[in-house]
Amino acid sequence: MQSIAEKDLGTPAPLGAKMLTLSIDDREIEVPEGTSVMRAAALAGVSVPKLCATDQLDAFGSCRMCLVKIEGMKGLPASCTTPVAQAMKVTTQNKQIADIRRGIMELYISDHPLDCLTCPANGHCELQDMAGVVGLREVRYGYEGANHLVAEKDESNPYFTFDPSKCIVCSRCVRACDEQQGTLALTIQSRGFDSKVAASQNNSFMDSECVSCGACVQACPTATLSEKSLIEQGQAEHSVTTTCAYCGVGCSFRAEMKGEDIVRMVPNKDGHANHGHSCVKGRFAIGYATHADRIVKPMIRANIADPWREVSWQEAIDYAASELKRIQAKYGRDSIGGITSSRCTNEETYLVQKLVRAGFGNNNVDTCARVCHSPTGYGLKQTLGESAGTQNFDSVMKADVIFIIGANPTDGHPVFASQMKRRLRQGAKLLVADPRRIDLVRTPHIAAEYHLGLRPGTNVALINSLAHVIVTEGLVKEDFVRERCEVDSFEKWRGFVADPRHSPEAMEAVTGVPAASVRGAARLYATAGNGAIYYGLGVTEHSQGSTMVMGIANIAMATGNIGREGVGVNPLRGQNNVQGSCDMGSFPHEFPGYRHVSDEAVRHSFEAAWGVGLHDEPGLRIPNMFEAALDGDFKGLYIEGEDIAQSDPDTQHVTAALSAMECIIVQDLFLNETAKFAHVFLPGSSFLEKDGTFTNAERRISRVRRVMKPKSGYADWEITQLLANAVGFPMQYTHASQIMDEIAALTPTFTGVSFARLEELGSIQWPCNAAHPEGTPTMHVGGFVRGKGKFLLTEYVPTSEKVNAKFPLILTTGRILSQYNVGAQTRRTENVRWHDEDRLEIHPHDAEERGIREGDWVGVASRAGDTVLRARVTERVQPGVVYTTFHFPESGANVITTDNSDWATNCPEYKVTAVQATRVSQPSEWQKRFREFTDTQASLLKSADVFVAK
Amino acid sequence: MSGDTPTIAPEHGGAEHLVRMANDIGNFFRAEAVREDAVAGIANHIAKFWTPRMRRKLAIHGEGGLDELPREALRRLAESRGPAPGADAG
Repeated sequence: MQSIAEKDLGTPAPLGAKMLTLSIDDREIEVPEGTSVMRAAALAGVSVPKLCATDQLDAFGSCRMCLVKIEGMKGLPASCTTPVAQAMKVTTQNKQIADIRRGIMELYISDHPLDCLTCPANGHCELQDMAGVVGLREVRYGYEGANHLVAEKDESNPYFTFDPSKCIVCSRCVRACDEQQGTLALTIQSRGFDSKVAASQNNSFMDSECVSCGACVQACPTATLSEKSLIEQGQAEHSVTTTCAYCGVGCSFRAEMKGEDIVRMVPNKDGHANHGHSCVKGRFAIGYATHADRIVKPMIRANIADPWREVSWQEAIDYAASELKRIQAKYGRDSIGGITSSRCTNEETYLVQKLVRAGFGNNNVDTCARVCHSPTGYGLKQTLGESAGTQNFDSVMKADVIFIIGANPTDGHPVFASQMKRRLRQGAKLLVADPRRIDLVRTPHIAAEYHLGLRPGTNVALINSLAHVIVTEGLVKEDFVRERCEVDSFEKWRGFVADPRHSPEAMEAVTGVPAASVRGAARLYATAGNGAIYYGLGVTEHSQGSTMVMGIANIAMATGNIGREGVGVNPLRGQNNVQGSCDMGSFPHEFPGYRHVSDEAVRHSFEAAWGVGLHDEPGLRIPNMFEAALDGDFKGLYIEGEDIAQSDPDTQHVTAALSAMECIIVQDLFLNETAKFAHVFLPGSSFLEKDGTFTNAERRISRVRRVMKPKSGYADWEITQLLANAVGFPMQYTHASQIMDEIAALTPTFTGVSFARLEELGSIQWPCNAAHPEGTPTMHVGGFVRGKGKFLLTEYVPTSEKVNAKFPLILTTGRILSQYNVGAQTRRTENVRWHDEDRLEIHPHDAEERGIREGDWVGVASRAGDTVLRARVTERVQPGVVYTTFHFPESGANVITTDNSDWATNCPEYKVTAVQATRVSQPSEWQKRFREFTDTQASLLKSADVFVAK
Repeated sequence: MSGDTPTIAPEHGGAEHLVRMANDIGNFFRAEAVREDAVAGIANHIAKFWTPRMRRKLAIHGEGGLDELPREALRRLAESRGPAPGADAG
C-alpha cells in the first residue's frame, strides 16, 4: 500500500528538458519531453484509471485500465506507455473507454475475495478505488468459476504477509524488486491463468533471496503484500516526515501514525537521498524504541558493584554535575570529558561539544567517528580542502566506471547500493577492491570487470601501484592538473609513484593482486569517462587509513575525476550522522566547521557567543582518554549515545580504562555494554521522540521530526542542557531550531541553514551560505576548497600487526544487511531472524587444515585476546583471511582486535588482526567472564521499575 | 570499583604508546625528500593533534625508542613552544 500522504502520478518524471504542449480533455498543459500521457494528465488534474502503473516504476502497460483516445492515433493506446507529443489531443473518457475499463474490472473482481470491510487496505486499495471509478455494479461471470481464492497465505516474513488470493498479477511487486531494489528475487511464475507471483524458485519469502526492503509491499495496489503492523493496527490517520536513524544514506521516511503509535514507516518519494526506497532496517526495524529493555527512568549508583537506584531527573542531574565538579576539583580541569555518537543529531553533538569546551573548560570531546571515518576528514582536508565527500548520491547515475574500495554497499548502504546497481545495469563498469568477495562482485546482471582481492593491510601498496600505472602510461589529465592542482606537489608525487618499486609487478608480492588486473583497473578508471570512487571503512580502519584516503584523492585529481557530476571521492559513512557529528566540532582539536582550536579569530568568535574563555590546545581523543584513565589522570566521562565498550577495539583495554574512572555518565536507550560500567544513567530519546537534523554521507542536512513525546520525558538535547545548567554553564534553548540557528551564526559553511529553510527546500547539502544559497550538490566545481588540489606522498608502511606461526591468519571485520553497528537497535527487532549471531567466515582450505566444519565452535586468538565464534566455511574469503561481524557483544569481536591505529587520527586498525583459529568445545575465558559480569549487572537492575511501558 | 573486570597489559598507559604514535607519524613523513619538510610536518602534526599532557609525558620519557625524524621534530617543537603548557592544572 502506498503512503497515505502521497499522490501517484502514474509514471516517473522524465529527464528531458524540452517542453511540449498538449491538450488533455480540453485542458492544455506543458510538460517535459518524455512524459507519459498518464503523467501529463495527472499533472493537468485529470485522473486516468490505472492498476499496474505507479510513478515509482517504469511503465508496463499490462492492465489496460488507462486506455485513452488520442486524435490521429489508431485504437486506444495505454496512456502509461505513450509519451506525449507536441499538440497532441487526448480524450480520457468516453462511452467506449468506460465500457472497456468496466469490463476489465469485472474480470479482476471475478477472481478477488469480496472481503473489503475486513481487508487491511480497505479505503486505500487501488483495486477498490478503480471499481468505484468505473462504476462496477455487477460481475456477470459470477464467482464460482476457477479462481485463486484459496491460495495459501505466506506469513514467513516477520514484517509483511503475502496473500496471493488478493493478487491481481499486475507485476508491480516484481518490477519494484527488479527496478528499485535490484535484487530480482520475485518473478511471475507460469502463464495465463496459472500466472502467480513467486519468490525465488517458488520459495517462501523468508527462504527466498528477498532482502525484505519492502519495495514490493509499498508497490502493491491491493492488500496482497501488507505490513503486519498495518494488519494489526489498521490504517494511520496522519504522517510525519522524518529521517532514518540507521546508516549514512539518511533515507527520508513518512512515519504513518495513529495518535502517538507508529503504524508503519513509508519511504518518502520526495526524499532527496532515497527517492522512495528503503531497506529492511529503516522501514521495518523500529521496534527497539519500545522494546522491553528500554530504560526510561534516570538511575544512579556510587559504585558499579552497587544496585542501580531509580531517582528523579533533578537528583540524577545534580548528582552527575556534583561528581564532575568534585573530580575536576580533585584531579584538575582536564580530568573529565565527553563523547558523542553519530547516532545523535547535529544539535545534540553541537551541544555536547559546547558543554565540554565551555562548561567543562577543556577540549576533551570526541565522537565515534574517531573509530570509523576520522581518516576521511583528515585525508580529504589535506588534499582537497574539505573534510567531506564530493558528490550527491544521484551523481552515480552519470558515472561510467564505479570503483568501490573497502566498502560493501549492499549490506552497509543498501538504498544507495540499489541506485548504484541501477546505473551498473545501465552499463557503467565496476571495479571492486576488497579482500572479501562482496555481493556486488557478481550479482544478477552485474559483474565487476576486476575484483582486486588484495591482502588486508595493503591498501596503500595497491593505490600506489594504480597511481604508478596512471603516471607511467600517460593516463594523467595533464590540463586538469595544471589548471586545478599545485603543480609542485603533483610533480613530486608523479616522481614518487613512478618509481619502479611502486609498479603493479613489484607490488604483486605485497598485495597478492595480479599485476595485469591492477593495470587493467587503472586504465579503466582513468579512461572510461566519468570515474567515481566509493569507499568505506575498509579504507579508513587501518594503520594507514589517512594515507589511503590521500592516495584515493591523489588518483582522482590526477585523472581529473573531481569537480563535476558522475565522478568524485565518496566516503560511504557508516552511521546516519557521521558527517554531521564531525561537522559539529566533535573532534577535540577543532570547532564546528573543521576549524582548529588554535585559530584565534575562530576561537574568539565562539568565546564571544558563549561568554567564556576557550582553550587553544587540542583535547583528548577517545583512545587518549583511555590511556589517561589508566594513568589515573582522567576520571569522569559523559557519553551520549555511544557504546565504546562494545564498539572500540581491544575490549579489555577499554573496560579496564572505564573501570579506572570515578564517574561515567551514560545517556542512552538501553543499559548497553558501557553503561554496565556507569554510575549515572540518563535515559535518552529515540529519533522518533525529538526534533533536530542529521547530515548524511552526501553532506545533506535533513530534518528529524518528533512524532511522539519522549518516553523518558526529555529529548537528548534537553538532557545535555540540564547537565550544562547544573555544572554552572547556563543554556536556555527552548527548541532544537535555536541550536541550529547558533550553529549557522558561527559556522561559515552553515550560514544559510535553518529549520525554516529546511522546511522550504526539503534538505540542504552544505556548504549553504551566500555563495551557495540552496546548498552544494557537487563540491570543488571550478576550484578546490583549499584553492589548488594538493598531492601528497603516500609511502606504503606495512602494519606492525604481522602474521607469524602463532597467529597465521588475518582477521578482518565488517557488517551485515540486517544488523546495524553494535546491534543495540537491530538486535531488539525481528531482524535477528536473519542474523542472530556473529560468525567467523573461514576459507575451506584453512578450515580443512584445522578440522573445522560448518557450524563448529572456533576459538579465535590474537595478541590482544581470544573469543569463540561459530564457523561459516566459505570461499567468499581468501585463504589466510578470516572475517566476522561485530553486532553481538557476546561475540567479543573487539576482544581480539588490537589497539593499532591510524598514524594521523588514531582510527583503530579493525581490519587487520593476526589470529589463530582452532576448533574448540567451550566459550573463551573472556566470554565466561563477560557472561558473569553481564548477569551480575542485570541483577543490579532487576528491582528497578525503570523500563518502558508496553 | 567492582573487582570482576580484567586487568590490562603493562604497556598500556605508558609512554611507549606515545613513542609508537610519534614513530607512526614519522613513517608517513619519511617519504618527503627534503628532511626539513619531514621534520616540520611531524612537528606540526603533533602540535595540532596532541594534548599538552601527551607532549609533556613524552618529554619526560625522553627520546628512547624514538626514530630519528620524530626525535628531531619533538626537539624543534620543544624549542619553538617552550615546555608544553600545564593545561591539566585545575
